[in-house]
Amino acid sequence: MPALFLTLREDGPITIVDISGRIALGEGSALLRKTIRDLLEAGQGKILLNLGDVNYIDSSGIGELVSAFTAVRNRNGELKLLNLTKKVHDLLQITKLFTVFDVYNDELTAVRSFL
Amino acid sequence: MTPEAKHLEVVLDTHVESVNLAEEMCLRVAEAVGFSEEECYRIGMSVREGVINAFHYGNQEKPGKKIYLALDLTQEKMVIHVMDEGKGFKLADVPDPLAEENLLSTSGRGIFLMKTFMDEFSVVAGRTGGAEIIMSKKIPAGGKSWGNGNHGQTSSDAAPKREA
Repeated sequence: MPALFLTLREDGPITIVDISGRIALGEGSALLRKTIRDLLEAGQGKILLNLGDVNYIDSSGIGELVSAFTAVRNRNGELKLLNLTKKVHDLLQITKLFTVFDVYNDELTAVRSFL
Repeated sequence: MTPEAKHLEVVLDTHVESVNLAEEMCLRVAEAVGFSEEECYRIGMSVREGVINAFHYGNQEKPGKKIYLALDLTQEKMVIHVMDEGKGFKLADVPDPLAEENLLSTSGRGIFLMKTFMDEFSVVAGRTGGAEIIMSKKIPAGGKSWGNGNHGQTSSDAAPKREA
C-alpha cells in the first residue's frame, strides 16, 4: 500500500498541497498534520488541499482533515478541498462533513474563491 | 458451526502495523469469497476501524496487550470478530459523530463507519476481558467457497490458524 506524498506549490497567496496515496493511521496522517502546522507557522493561511490522487482515507485520515480545517480556521485562515475521489467524496458525505468543507472540482474556481 | 464453516484466528500485537495486516488479511479472504470490489473496500475499512479501535481505545496503545482477530465463514456470511484487552465499552456510550456538536471532532467515527459498511454490527464483552466487536457481511449470491484448506498464514507473528 502506498504511503502519503505531499507536494507544495503556490498560486499567489494560496498554498496548494497536492496529496497522493493514503491518508490513514500510520500512513501519513502525521505528515499532513506537520505540513499544515508548518504552513501556519510560516504565515500561510490560505490552503487548498488537492486530494485528486488520494485513493484511500480512514477515520484517522478524516480526523486529520478536520484537525487541519479547525487549525487553519482558528488562525483566521481558510482551508479548502479540491478534486475529491469518489471514495473520499462518499466518506465525507456519510459523515456529514461534505457540508463543513468548502469543496471544489476545478483548481481555477477553487483559487478564485480565496480572493 | 456447520461442517462447511471455516474459522481463522490471529493474534496481533498492539502496534500500528497490525491495522494494515488485519485489513490485508481480511481483504484476501473477502476477495477469495467473491465479494465485489466495493464490498471488499467496505469490509477492509471495517476491519481496519475495528483494529484501530482495539489498538487505540481498547488496549490504549500498550505494547504488552494483544488484539485478537477472528474470521468465521459460513455459506451465508463472513463474520469478523475483533477483541481487545481493554475495559470494554457500551455502544450506547459512544457519541454520535453525526450530531452537530460532534461534526468537528477529530475522532469517534470508526464505530459509525463499521455500522454503516457492514450488514450486522454489535459489541459484547469479549473472552479476552475487553470489548469484542462482531460484524458480518452477507456473502453474495454465487460467491465462491473459501479455498481448499490452503489459506496460508498471514504473518510470522500470527498465531496458528484453526479450521472447523
